[in-house]
Amino acid sequence: MKLAMPIEGKDSMKNVSPSFGRAPYFLIYDTDTKEEKYLENSAATTQGGAGVKAAQIVADSKVDVLLTPRCGKNAAEVFEDSGIKLYKTREGSAKKNIEDFTEDRLSPLEEIHAGFHNHGGR
Amino acid sequence: MKIAVLSGKGGTGKTLVSVNLAAAADQAVYIDCDVEEPNGHLFFKPKKVKTEIVSNRIPVIDHARCTGCRTCVNFCKFNALAYINKKVKVFEDICHSCGGCQLFCPEKAIDEKDQPMGKIESGVSENVRVLTGILNTGEASGIPIINRLLEQGVVMDSQEGENTNGHTVIDCPPGSACSVMESIEDADYCVLVAEPTLFGSHNLAMVHELVTLFQKPHGVVLNKCLEGENPSEAYCIENQIKILERIPFDHKLGTLNSNALIGVREEEDYQRLFSTLLQRIVREVTYETTTDS
Repeated sequence: MKLAMPIEGKDSMKNVSPSFGRAPYFLIYDTDTKEEKYLENSAATTQGGAGVKAAQIVADSKVDVLLTPRCGKNAAEVFEDSGIKLYKTREGSAKKNIEDFTEDRLSPLEEIHAGFHNHGGR
Repeated sequence: MKIAVLSGKGGTGKTLVSVNLAAAADQAVYIDCDVEEPNGHLFFKPKKVKTEIVSNRIPVIDHARCTGCRTCVNFCKFNALAYINKKVKVFEDICHSCGGCQLFCPEKAIDEKDQPMGKIESGVSENVRVLTGILNTGEASGIPIINRLLEQGVVMDSQEGENTNGHTVIDCPPGSACSVMESIEDADYCVLVAEPTLFGSHNLAMVHELVTLFQKPHGVVLNKCLEGENPSEAYCIENQIKILERIPFDHKLGTLNSNALIGVREEEDYQRLFSTLLQRIVREVTYETTTDS
């Protein structure tokens, strides 16, 4: 199974990023092969709609699961259409969260926020 | 001449100043750009009101023609499009209606639809033509309405004819963000309304920064003036900003205002106060133009 996680740096000992859309990197982790891959999040610096673009990057990586502390409604829509399930991370390193997930200690992410911005400048 | 009235915070008296300035002119167009909570019309009670619907143009994807090349997704600067499950998905609330996706689609698989997002009401109140922008609840941005309002204002002002001393007064939304920038873009002069509190002076500093950035001639109306300390006045003096008028914290004006009456039309004192203010602004603009040329 492949999972994705917003992460602060290119190292699984780094913390999970508190933001999904504006996270600097995504960790793509294969639970079978234990392979780690780090993707730069090009959405992090966009003016608006970072959630949608970040979700596109994650969905294009063909993961089954996203581990994240939070997720906005637009990104959540992308994940729903892509059949990617969301789980809520706990504070701490990405590595710890992968362990927690594989041992069934993370619960599904149920709170989807409405977005922080509304200042796209339309 | 276009006069924009703005302030960093709500409740300082933008509408009071705008409405009375327009009423004090021989002929005026009053434009309420505070589209989230327009209230100038409550004072003017315009007649012969006509309504125009304002819409956004939102892309509609023809999934049969779409080949999934993602040209549109990659083009969209606002990330309003995603390619999910072999289908382009449109996030309507992020779309800025730029039309670029339709233009660049190599398969001509994108059409556009009108999505109503608000309306404009135009009517007449004695010497003032009243234009009111009303944004639908839940819409993210009122900028398309503001643009349409300002276009309409130009048309109306030109209808007044050249010999009348017509003015356009733009009642801006509070704050210093996008919708305010849009509202003041074509203004000849900006009137900053401030109240005598620390909070008021902090927000005055924000709009002052904005009008300076836009290189707009500007001056301040100090509203609700009381005896004693006035942090907004101190800010003006410190930054050498022209103080156009001091409106006292006055029971009579407050009562008129809370009964949705226009001071200028009710009392000679206020007629005088706002006529003088208007003349002062006109003089400022004329002076600016002479010194600029």
